[in-house]
Amino acid sequence: MSGSGMNWSRTFTVARTDVKQLVLAKDFWMPMGILGSIFFVIVPLVLLFSITSLGNVDAVQNIANTLEVLPQKAQDQILGDTPQGRTSYALAVFLFAPMAVVVPLTISTAVGAATLVGERERGTGEFLAHSPAGTKEIYLGKLIASLLPGYFTTMVGFTAYSLIVNLIVGPEVGGWFFPTTQWWLLMVWVLPGFLLIGLSLVLRLSGRVKSTAAAQQASGLITLPLIAISYAQASGAIYGTPTTTIVIGAIAWTIGLTSTWRGMGAVKRQRLLGVADGV
Amino acid sequence: MVSSLPAPPAVSLRGIHKSFNDTPALVDLDVEAPDGRITVLLGPNGAGKTTAIRIVTGAMSPEQGTVRTLGLDPDVDGEDVRHACGVVSAKPALYDRLSGTDNLRYAAELHGVDKHIIDGRIRAAAGRFGIEHALHSQVGGYSTGMKTRLALARSVLHEPRLLLFDEPTSGLDPESAQAVLQLIRDMTSDGRTVVMCTHHLVEAEGLADHVVVLDNGTDLVSGRPGDLIKTFWPDDSVEIAVDGNPPLDDLTVLDGVLRVEPSKRGSRVVLEHPGVTPDVVEALVRAGHRIRMVDPHDPTLEELYFAVRRSARDLGEQTTQEVMS
Repeated sequence: MSGSGMNWSRTFTVARTDVKQLVLAKDFWMPMGILGSIFFVIVPLVLLFSITSLGNVDAVQNIANTLEVLPQKAQDQILGDTPQGRTSYALAVFLFAPMAVVVPLTISTAVGAATLVGERERGTGEFLAHSPAGTKEIYLGKLIASLLPGYFTTMVGFTAYSLIVNLIVGPEVGGWFFPTTQWWLLMVWVLPGFLLIGLSLVLRLSGRVKSTAAAQQASGLITLPLIAISYAQASGAIYGTPTTTIVIGAIAWTIGLTSTWRGMGAVKRQRLLGVADGV
Repeated sequence: MVSSLPAPPAVSLRGIHKSFNDTPALVDLDVEAPDGRITVLLGPNGAGKTTAIRIVTGAMSPEQGTVRTLGLDPDVDGEDVRHACGVVSAKPALYDRLSGTDNLRYAAELHGVDKHIIDGRIRAAAGRFGIEHALHSQVGGYSTGMKTRLALARSVLHEPRLLLFDEPTSGLDPESAQAVLQLIRDMTSDGRTVVMCTHHLVEAEGLADHVVVLDNGTDLVSGRPGDLIKTFWPDDSVEIAVDGNPPLDDLTVLDGVLRVEPSKRGSRVVLEHPGVTPDVVEALVRAGHRIRMVDPHDPTLEELYFAVRRSARDLGEQTTQEVMS
């Protein structure tokens, strides 16, 4: 007899198959790509290019003056000798940090909200319910499949953003400088933790509600406050010391993993069939 | 030493109760599916056939009763039970965005088929069900018949011992339905057990080795079709119509004729055995009757089904009257 332990091969099979379906769905990845482009490419490009091209005019001077509201540690990090150099550096490093959290959370929760209830709506939940895959394996496979598109988009966007920042702001501050240590920590340590929190909650919803529409609406209620918290924490991670960032990430991971563990019960075979009480 | 004990049933449901939101779906259901045979669960929509299938694999647990699938309890050894089962549900439950190959690969991988042999298994299963030409197309573009064939191919990829088919011909044209039934018949040639649900009596005819008639979540009768027919129609009979439709009671003097009853088309002559029929015909001709019809009664599963339901209804009414009085 086989045991009831996790079979990671099946978990990755579920994840890979879900991701493949997303890749094949143009109606999904086109908006996802557009969202990533707006936040990581278009807005920073326009803003940074404008500031560095405007020269030492009043508007830039005013923004440069407002940099004084930043924590002293953050102010000390700002490079550049000219107002436009210092302003564009501050914008590139500090202002856009939260978007790195908003984009993947938006994309991943959109995917996650539909994932379990979608199986039920399409009738494929019946196939999974009769399969040897354990409910925990299905849950984790779905979680990975929901996490990857958002994180992948963000990393691609982050690469593009780094290039834009270095090409536009770099010459103003003496060379390529981005990503900074804080940004690296944000992207590889803090962000996955927040994604885990969001997805574990959204998947629980997706396993329980009656329709994808209901899941999308309910997930909005969860993700909006989470985005607000993540926004604040991402800013803190960037303004603070690397230790602060590591601590924020550790807290996010702890909450995320606990929530994931507790959320594993969201997948029940009867729910996949759509016949559980209350479904 | 060869054991003379009969093989344990592949599926055994005993005293199963299941309800959804306080609505009973299965009530004291008993089902046995003999090993290596085709068992057909026959019943109208809502009789509990799909729920029974779901309980067999452990996709759903009963509130009461004992389930044994291939000797295992699905609540305890669910993974092993589901690994040994191939299921085709009423809706084919396929991923429309994926190709046929990807759908099959997904199932094979979930069932733990060795990666080195998956491609071979996919080709063999697709060839067997005649869908190899469409394997690389998106399933969303398949016809209903092709989807059913793909679902059938998916159900055998991991070489399960038990095949569970829930209304496998639902939505198919008669030709495709016949082809699918033939494929199901072929699948038992290598000793697999098949449990199939249907409300199409014609489908069960000739396919079933064992029949369980369900209604309102409970089993009304079960057994081999021939045995069940013998229970309801213990004697052979022949329906005879002659010009003028006179009573044919005189036939009872013949050896081997048990009785004569009026029927819709003439008279039903109940015989000790079918060999008496020529004597009956000869006697009628001698008596100057012009025979219009001689129809030996060969009860079908359809007749059996309606007889069982009629009998259950009569029994229910009788019980109700007893309770009322």
